Amino acid sequence: MKSRTIKVDYLARVEGEGALYVKIKDNTVVDIKLKIFEPPRFFEAFLRGRTYNEAPDVTARICGICPIAYQMSAVHAMEDAVGVKVDGQLRALRRLIYCGEWIESHALHVYMLHAPDFLGYPDAIKMAKDYPDIVQRGLQLKKAGNDLVALLGGREIHPINVRVGGFYKVPTKQELFPITEKLKWARDAALETVRWTAKLPFPDFEQDYEFISLRHPEEYPFNEGRLVSNKGLDISVHDYDNHFMEEHVQYSNALHSLRKERGAYFVGPLARYNLNYDRLSPLAQETAHSVGLSGVCRNPFQSIIIRSIETLYACDEALRIIEHYEKPGKPAIEVQPRAATGYGCTEAPRGILYHRYSIDENGLITDAKIVPPTSQNQKTIENDLRHFIVKHLKLSQDQLTLQCEQAIRNYDPCISCATHFLKLKIDRE
Amino acid sequence: MIKKRKPKLAVWKFASCDGCQLSLLDCEDELLAVADKINIAYFPEATRAVVKGPYDISLVEGSVTTRHDAERIQKIRKLSKLLITIGACATAGGIQSLRNFKDVREFISLVYAKPQYIETLDKSTPIASHVHVDFELQGCPINKRQLLEVISAYLNERKPNTPSHSVCIECKRRGTICVMVAKGISCLGPVTHAGCNAICPSYCRGCYGCYGPMETPNTTSLSSWFSHLGVNEENIVRTFRTFYANAEPFRKESEAHTAERPEVSNKKPEYKEFM
Repeated sequence: MKSRTIKVDYLARVEGEGALYVKIKDNTVVDIKLKIFEPPRFFEAFLRGRTYNEAPDVTARICGICPIAYQMSAVHAMEDAVGVKVDGQLRALRRLIYCGEWIESHALHVYMLHAPDFLGYPDAIKMAKDYPDIVQRGLQLKKAGNDLVALLGGREIHPINVRVGGFYKVPTKQELFPITEKLKWARDAALETVRWTAKLPFPDFEQDYEFISLRHPEEYPFNEGRLVSNKGLDISVHDYDNHFMEEHVQYSNALHSLRKERGAYFVGPLARYNLNYDRLSPLAQETAHSVGLSGVCRNPFQSIIIRSIETLYACDEALRIIEHYEKPGKPAIEVQPRAATGYGCTEAPRGILYHRYSIDENGLITDAKIVPPTSQNQKTIENDLRHFIVKHLKLSQDQLTLQCEQAIRNYDPCISCATHFLKLKIDRE
Repeated sequence: MIKKRKPKLAVWKFASCDGCQLSLLDCEDELLAVADKINIAYFPEATRAVVKGPYDISLVEGSVTTRHDAERIQKIRKLSKLLITIGACATAGGIQSLRNFKDVREFISLVYAKPQYIETLDKSTPIASHVHVDFELQGCPINKRQLLEVISAYLNERKPNTPSHSVCIECKRRGTICVMVAKGISCLGPVTHAGCNAICPSYCRGCYGCYGPMETPNTTSLSSWFSHLGVNEENIVRTFRTFYANAEPFRKESEAHTAERPEVSNKKPEYKEFM
């Protein structure tokens, strides 16, 4: 009887603290644990008793990489509770700041966290010695996204300008205009990024996933839409709790999210792309086509190409929004709290982020529930590893460990988010 | 000529959102130049490679919330010539120190179905409550310009130039009209440590204190101004209890406006665990 263990005690190039433990016996994976030892911070608990308008700033602190996602899900849930709808240019500005976060977060992952795996480097800084122009392009692309977030939000990390009802201050057209040149450069750089990532070596690995994302009647989804899947799900965000459940497993400080009676599912860029290809801009569609992609992509290793296509889309969309921008009369619409429960779900760079709040007549939060994308992908990541390892048992320990890590990084896991999640350990007996 | 050894930098994470260490990766224009001058020896968010300690500079992000982390920070201190804490979590306990005002067991059962799986201490404490800290950089999140200044100062053996005055001074420098005087918006600027360059007031919003208390802040006076503006006691408590809730001046001011005054010690973490 031959057995073997693969373990990674501290997964690198992911956001937050996690580990992997895999035990292999007689060429089958007998145990697999994506462990999240990031200490819990209890956001849902201390949100109780805070006011409804504090939720965007407080929940932003769950994640320094995607604070806009938290702010957007929070404001939409609160606006749902109090019965207001933010429309017109204020709505467009929300899409615009989200474009900035997608560009910044995707460029960080594509160039600094994921690409080194494909090219055999421990990090982007060492990669820069051999590929200086490529790493520079990645950094400047990331910077363009950060600049857009800072312009609208006041700063890149934990922006201060988003509020329930709109913004504290909205820019004039003249204030937005100077970033256009940078975004045009970023759009070209994103196009080059798609062409570059499409040439990377990809393992042959496709699974039958249930992809879940938002879907909007006209747009590639950011803030609104129905929750849909390639396996028949089509629900309002209000019905989320009827279709999804969270499971608490002993080895993880992050709750596993599952589809009731079905199990694991897949959220993030790959899911959005497969479910919303027809909503991408013509340039993003043409570029996908030019590198040989159809509207379907089931190989999670290729998520790096899809992230690049989404980056291209975000640049394109940002430019469109700025072109049509007119400064709205008021930076925010007035909000009166009332006793109610509100639901919000938006597309964080890593996938759907669900918030639910109950507030009382004074606007105080009485109950909060937050389901981040990474806790929704945990089960799928474990399933991927299970299937991937069985196919690649002949690899050396080091190589197999590295490829397992790469398979995890396909999902751009954000552990800080998931615990409001990771460490790798593979046991071979 | 003997080639000078590159100083070794390590980046450590405790309970946090990753935003402060991300600030280093957000130095897009300077990152490769920084990596040219210093050896990024341990930084798991950015690299798989690990160079063994000891380290010349350790940047520590996050607060201590588990027994394991309380032990880990001792080991990190032993490995580090200079230990610099970055951000509100590491310097004051962070937003997660809101647990210090409540019973953490109640918190666990609110978030987790099986509380017996969760290991946590009853308090979230800053790094300086556990080990000697050489420099504390404030902010939720820190300002990346200040981070570069601190790293550069220590590399050149000089004191970092990070002003300790209030956010008010930054508003005056920028020429931002006072939102409290002109618009009656409550603002923590008069008692908050500078460093962000007074972003919020320039966006027509009061400062919410995410750089923590300045040196010798007059919080009592500011609270009475808040009362004049019609802010009720509960909201004064909430105003002081956010990202620096556990920093002593803010903690004391919030407790002065609550009926019950719980015993909260900043200095002595209790190793009470809830398994």
